Formats: sequence, C-alpha cells, structure tokens
Amino acid sequence: MRQSNQGKQQYEPGTHPDLPPPLGTTGPIKWMRENLFSSPTNIALTILAAFFLYKIIPGAVSWSITDATFIAEDRNECRALNSGACWAFIAQRWGLFTFGFYPEDQRWRVVLAFVLLLMVIVALLWENCPGRKVLFKFALIFPFVATWLLLGGFGLEPVATDKFGGFMLTIIIGVTGIALSLPLGILLALGRQSNLPIIKYACVGFIEFIRGVPLITLLFVASTMLSYFLPPGTNFNLLLRVLIMVTLFASAYMAEVIRGGLQAVPNGQIEAADAMGLKYWPAMRLIVLPQALKISIPGIVNTFVGLYKDSVLVIVIGLLDPLGIGQASLADTKWQGLSTEVYLFVAIFFFVSCYAMARYSLYLERKLHTGHSR
Amino acid sequence: MDTEQRVEHELGEVAIKIHEMHKWYGTFHVLKDINLEVQSGERIVVCGPSGSGKSTMIRCINRLEEHQKGDIIVDGVELTNDLKNIEAVRREVGMVFQHFNLFPHLTVLENCTLAPIWVRKTPKAEAEAIAMQYLERVKIPEQALKFPGQLSGGQQQRVAIARSLCMSPKIMLFDEPTSALDPEMIKEVLDTMIELAQEGMTMICVTHEMGFAKTVANRVIFMDEGQIIEQNNPDEFFNNPQNERTQLFLSQILNH
Repeated sequence: MRQSNQGKQQYEPGTHPDLPPPLGTTGPIKWMRENLFSSPTNIALTILAAFFLYKIIPGAVSWSITDATFIAEDRNECRALNSGACWAFIAQRWGLFTFGFYPEDQRWRVVLAFVLLLMVIVALLWENCPGRKVLFKFALIFPFVATWLLLGGFGLEPVATDKFGGFMLTIIIGVTGIALSLPLGILLALGRQSNLPIIKYACVGFIEFIRGVPLITLLFVASTMLSYFLPPGTNFNLLLRVLIMVTLFASAYMAEVIRGGLQAVPNGQIEAADAMGLKYWPAMRLIVLPQALKISIPGIVNTFVGLYKDSVLVIVIGLLDPLGIGQASLADTKWQGLSTEVYLFVAIFFFVSCYAMARYSLYLERKLHTGHSR
Repeated sequence: MDTEQRVEHELGEVAIKIHEMHKWYGTFHVLKDINLEVQSGERIVVCGPSGSGKSTMIRCINRLEEHQKGDIIVDGVELTNDLKNIEAVRREVGMVFQHFNLFPHLTVLENCTLAPIWVRKTPKAEAEAIAMQYLERVKIPEQALKFPGQLSGGQQQRVAIARSLCMSPKIMLFDEPTSALDPEMIKEVLDTMIELAQEGMTMICVTHEMGFAKTVANRVIFMDEGQIIEQNNPDEFFNNPQNERTQLFLSQILNH
C-alpha cells in the first residue's frame, strides 16, 4: 500500500478492504433527504403536510382526550363538565355495544367463547405457539363448543339468537364467514378449472350468479323469501340464514381471487407433479395450492376485510350489529346528538380488526417468500 | 467429453415400444407414424430442428401428451385413457425438464422426498436418507435445506435429476435438459447424465449436445416435421448421415 499524490489510498489488486460508506448516505439523514426533501415539489408538500398536521392534531387530541368526558350520567352533565367528546355515553353502553341484548348474567359464556377463539386463532397464525398441536385438535371441535356456549342447552340456559348483537355479532359473522369461505372458495376455483363439464358449469353458474347480485338482496332473500320456499312450519334461524348467505357471497369472490392465483402457477409445476405419478388431489394440495394461495394472499385478505365490514349490512334485516346498536342508542333522549362519538367508536373497532388482518397478511407474505421471483 | 470412456451397453428386454403412433394438436398433425423400440439399458439421443416433434414424442411416453392413434407400451403397460395405467407408467418413468420445474415453495430435500412419500408411500426418514444419497451423487448434498430459488441453474437441474432418481425409475426421459443453462453450467449437468448412463439407466434424451450423444448414446434419432427421418449408431450417424435433411441439420449445428 502506498499514498498517491492526491492523498488517495492505493491498494494492490485483490486486497481492497470493506470501507464504511460516505457520510449522509445511510440512516435518518438519507431517509429524510430521499423521502421528504428530494425535489422542490416534495419540499413544498412536506411543509404543507406538516402545517396541516400542526393544525389538526392538537384539536383532535384535545377533543377526543384532554377535553373529553369519560364519566357522566347524561349528555347535559357531559356538556357541563367539559367541551370535548362525551365518551361517557359509550362507557355506559359498553355492554350493549359488545354483547347486544345477551342476558347480563350469561355474558361470561360469550367472553369464554371469545377467549377460546383467540387461543385457536393464535395457534393457527403463530408457528411457535406453545401447545400448538393440542390447540389444532381443539380448533376442530371449537365451532361446536362455541355454538353450545353461545346458544346454551345441555345444562346451560338457552339464549335465542335474536338477543345476539353488537361486536359479538360482527365477530360471529366475520369469523364464520372467513373460516368457511376460504375452503369453499378453493373448491369453487378448482371446480371452475375442472375438465368435467357438469362440475365446471355448476361452479361457473354459482360464482357468476352470487357475484352478480348485491349482498343486501341476498340478505333480504334470506330474511323473507326463504320461508316461502321452505315447507311451512320449518323455523329456520335467521342468524343461520345470514351466516349461510354471507359465506356464499364471500366464497364466490374468494373463488375468483384464488382462480387468479391458480392461473399464475406455471403449467410446468403440474407437469412435474404428473410426471412423478402424483394423483390430482395430492398434486393440488402439495404443489399447486400452496403456490396459488401464496400469490393470492393480498386478494384473499382483501375479501376477508370486505366480508368483515359487510357484516354491518345485516342491520337492514333487523339484526343489531354495532351500527344498529349505535343507532338504537342514539334514540335515547338522555343522550341525543352524540352520533360523532358513536360512529367514531364503531369505526375504530372496525379499523383495528381490519388493520390487524392487513399486517398479518404482510407478515405472511414475507415469511412465505422462498427466494424465487413470482 | 471426448476424454470420457465410451459407455458400453448391455441390452435387455423391450422397455418402450411405440407402434404406428400419430398425434394431432387440433387439426395439426404433429407426430406421424412413429415407430420406436427401446431396449432396457439403451441410451437414445433424439435430435432435430425445433418444431420437429421430438419433445412431444418423449412427452407421449409418460402421457404428458395424449396420442390419438397407434400404441405405446411402456414397461409392459399400455398407455390408454385408463388412469391406473398412466399412473403405473409414471411411477416407473422419471422426467427432467428444460426449465427444471422444481417446486419453488419446497426445499431441495422436500422436492426429492415428495413423490417417494406420497406415491411410493416410503416412510419419511427412509425417503430422506435415499434423497440425501442421490443429492450426494449429483454432488450437492450441502444444498439440501435451501430453496430452489437460491441455487444456480446447473444446481437446480441436478436437483431435478436427483428428484427423479429418488423414485428409482426404470426409464429416464430428458427434455432438453441443458438448453436453459448458461454455458459453464452445461458440463456439470452432462457429467451427471453420463454417470447415470454408465450405471445402465435406460435413457431417452432430447438434446443438441452432440458431444454427449457421441459419448453416451448407442442410437441417435433424427426427427423432422413429426417423423423419424433417420436413426443409427453415433459413429455412422455423425460420419455418414444418409438423409439429406440429416446432413443439412448436422452441418448447421456442427460447423460454426
């Protein structure tokens, strides 16, 4: 090694060591330079955005937190106490928002069912969950346990499904729809690609019909018309009808999302599976579906989120989801004029659940990336 | 490859018999009156211009393509629409593809054990031991836990060969195994195939590697426009081609 005239270090060929990068090309300074101040337009936008945040955030914080009332008996007391939001209303109706009209002394059953649900979800989604194998087995009987806990019978006090409401109802519809629409959607997507014409056209017809009809229409059909088709005297539970309709609706969308994924799996994969002598179902389950589903994750989660939020549509056939509860509560003369708080509260509930789904899907995509492009 | 010793052959009974076989894609007559008999232990190289039907022909042997007329009998089983027969043939016939067709979501080891476990019902531990043995043979045991996307093209093709061998096939089909590879990776794949040939595997290779044909094949088949134009042992085929089209083809691929 020798010093040159310009003071630049010279190295023999092949001996150049790793050097640290020049200042300002890594870390927060680089990030700010690239993302906030890269061009005059960008600088103007950054300043404008900062100005808006400065205007909005203090007001939002004081309205929703510092100037808000959390404990009060009615709207007038709220107003007398403070100038901001009146969360006392939500606090007082918490039970109603969460459980609907489920009998108060029986609500532990809902809580227990929810805790069990969380355990199953954690076991399904988290690979290193302790006791995962046992929980997997439990996941198979969970639907029956949950149904028993919620509906009662066999030693528990029976509770009619028209007492269900609030977030509990949203979660029941959402989880059932999600859990059933994925396998159903997979079968429909595979059926649509089938070589057997009867299966193929049955699937195509089902998908196109369900997709072509608004969900509200299906729900109305479920609530009113089904009783005309069914033999007189059969009492077919309204919630069950809604669950079936929501599941069918979501599965039609799911089928199309998964079909896109199936088409993206190169034909060579199926040829390789065939050439090894793998039969149709193992080839689909082991080779094609894992790849197709991975490609479809964004679309699948999109459908999940849509289904979950569409559950508020059950309000039109008289089921009391959180929005329905909110509207009913607003009619209370003691608490009039609090629609902002109610809708914001419901919005936050939906946002938290849907954002969690979105984050998990991103995590899953990263985890399943195995170094191949596609 | 000229330094490699010429492979000696010991031929057995008929492994594949193709009799007056025709195939159409729609109204296009791709394969015309194919007659071919392959003895077990025989190594056949199929060459010809692109679009001549050579890939289609070997894909008919494991029914990746369906033929419409004539008979194909593989290892004593006739290929018909009967799924049982097709599965029986595919269990005994391995195939290596131009684009490898490894399963990108499974590790190299899982790629190799999948078919033995699900088709042959081999216990997992045993299947893994066998797979490691074959990965050793294609000289990449250290890559067993990687995903195919992390390997070079030549390594991927060697995994694909190992994956086929794990089913202990009686016949191996190679569909242009080196055409998608960078030049410096072709040799490692050909070396693997030569080793396989020396062990007496029945092989049909569609390839343009004429050096490989000279070293390994005991018959070279030339196809054009869906027909077998000429077949002969490599010496005769390369030094004394009979058909005009064969001569033209050879002059095009050998002299540049």
